[in-house]
Amino acid sequence: MSEMTYRDALNLALKEELRRDPAVVVWGEDVALYEGSFKVTRGLLAEFGEDRIRDTPISENTIIGVSVGAAMGGLRPVAELMTINFALLAMDQIINHMAKIRSMFGGQIFLPMTVRMPSGGGSQLAAQHSQSLETYFMHCPGLRVLYPSTPADAKGLLKSAIRDNNPVIFLEHELLYNSKGEVPQDPEFLVPIGKAEVKRSGEQVTIVAYARMTVLALQAAEELAKEGISCEVLDLRSLAPLDEEAIITSVKKTGRAVVVDECWRTCGLGAEIANRICEQCFDILQAPVRRVSGLDVPMPYSRQIEKLCIPRTENVVSAVRDVMSGRY
Amino acid sequence: METKLRPLLPDQELVRLYQQMYLSREFEERCAEQYTKGHITGFLHLYNGQEAVAVGATAGLHQEDYILSAYREHAQAIVRGAEPRRVMAELFGKATGICKGKGGSMHLFAPALNFMGGYAIVGGQFPISVGLAFASKYRGEDRIAACFFGDGAVNQGTFHESLNWAQLWQLPVLFICENNFYGIGTEVHRSSALASIHRRTCGYDIPSEKVDGMDVIAVYKSVRHAAEKVRESGRPYFIEATTYRFRGHSMADPGKYRSLAEHELWKSRDPVPSYAGRLLAEGIATRQALDAVEARCKEVVDEAVKFAEESPWPEDGAVWEDIYV
Repeated sequence: MSEMTYRDALNLALKEELRRDPAVVVWGEDVALYEGSFKVTRGLLAEFGEDRIRDTPISENTIIGVSVGAAMGGLRPVAELMTINFALLAMDQIINHMAKIRSMFGGQIFLPMTVRMPSGGGSQLAAQHSQSLETYFMHCPGLRVLYPSTPADAKGLLKSAIRDNNPVIFLEHELLYNSKGEVPQDPEFLVPIGKAEVKRSGEQVTIVAYARMTVLALQAAEELAKEGISCEVLDLRSLAPLDEEAIITSVKKTGRAVVVDECWRTCGLGAEIANRICEQCFDILQAPVRRVSGLDVPMPYSRQIEKLCIPRTENVVSAVRDVMSGRY
Repeated sequence: METKLRPLLPDQELVRLYQQMYLSREFEERCAEQYTKGHITGFLHLYNGQEAVAVGATAGLHQEDYILSAYREHAQAIVRGAEPRRVMAELFGKATGICKGKGGSMHLFAPALNFMGGYAIVGGQFPISVGLAFASKYRGEDRIAACFFGDGAVNQGTFHESLNWAQLWQLPVLFICENNFYGIGTEVHRSSALASIHRRTCGYDIPSEKVDGMDVIAVYKSVRHAAEKVRESGRPYFIEATTYRFRGHSMADPGKYRSLAEHELWKSRDPVPSYAGRLLAEGIATRQALDAVEARCKEVVDEAVKFAEESPWPEDGAVWEDIYV
């Protein structure tokens, strides 16, 4: 184990997989010479050369399409879209091609490819650069969607994504790149796809979260413990497939649930999870499932009002207090 | 001037081109019939009139070369070697179909034959062709990617992005535009600022040429030459084959936007009988021999329809299969 940032953990995962498998190639806008807009690909060009680490034109749809073709041709491409917002230019290749090709061609081929996307809001980048579009991908069958909260999960999940034979949307939270944590150095350390993790064990309320929302949930749990409220924090890690079993198991233990998502509230991830909990835990729920979500607004620039649009620790604390007190 | 056939290919190969064109035409005719009977449903885009492009181009490529196409691709798959009966079963939606009934008419796929799919989002196959060409180059393989598309696809963003990319990364892609002059009902000059499609590659410095897509031998020569250039240079090349579809865009389209005179003019250049005429004129095949070829094609298509009719439907459980590995 050694302490490193989320960014460096991702970087290490890329390096280890590039060393392990010559079929792995990395490409995207400014990933090679410039070493990535968020510096996740630092040092890759120097170590692996320009055949494997390649800058691309600003052609997002074609970045994904070329990756699809390369994966069909037996490579294991890892494409970076500079941010998740630009994935909207690539939705044709992501949804109509990448997610469909295996199925519509009768299972005759598989696409071992990963698309990395820095994501999330909170840096005053305004409406077009602050989106949390995870549900767009969760909604579409044929994709895997991963979104780690810690440096260790970032490394282990990215390595699993690259080795997986399905197309994977790999989301990275922009505000977590500098967060630090202990990371296993074992090059065979993998975090399984489809497995949530209890990041804090508790008895009275389950807080279901992912990515940066897990950090908020843990802070909230810490604060609530001082009031004598015991929270269990479940970090989804995989958004598709969802680890429904872990969610239901935890809620059956605690009898209450708060779901924290960063995306827009309407048709959001929280709605999906809350409904699954209601369908399976209705009899034992002590309170309605509460959602803490991003506001249903285009993100404003000014920090004074941007902060209102993204869940904060205090919102999670308050939602937990509500479900505990019967104020709902 | 039509080229003399004999020095180009052995007689047997020349007759095989006819067999492939005739089989394609016969297959499509029977598809139309089966659609009318309700055995084939959904979208059905027939290739009648364009046979010389698929047949001539495929003959000009190596079997290892990748082929990708759009949604009017029955002939491309069959000429590449897909079994007509498994293609017909796919159109019927049967479990024995080439994609187990999951793809249908627009999504044929046969990776063992390097037929890498029919795509039904206009222009979707461009970047995928570029990616396959990259994989081929990266692994040091001697194969190119041949990407077929229609005149309507050249105004999609992926067309320009992919031409730029293929040239920038020096990738072996042969772009083959089947210009049948209509994107559904919109004629080329009403959708393209520069209607001379092969000239549109100049922005990417990709060499291009135009060929008579009603002449199977002209297409063969053009593609063989272009494929060699792509293979040798490792760079893209572009062919525009002018052709005409004798039917509507799909079975749902009566094609009323085209004049009878225009239709008759193209019909007079029907690539199938006109090529038969050349084989006879040069004494490469007798009428009797061609009759036998035609009869055999009809048998193959009869068998295909029978196979499709008698094949089982997919099991209910198939709904959940083949989505993830």
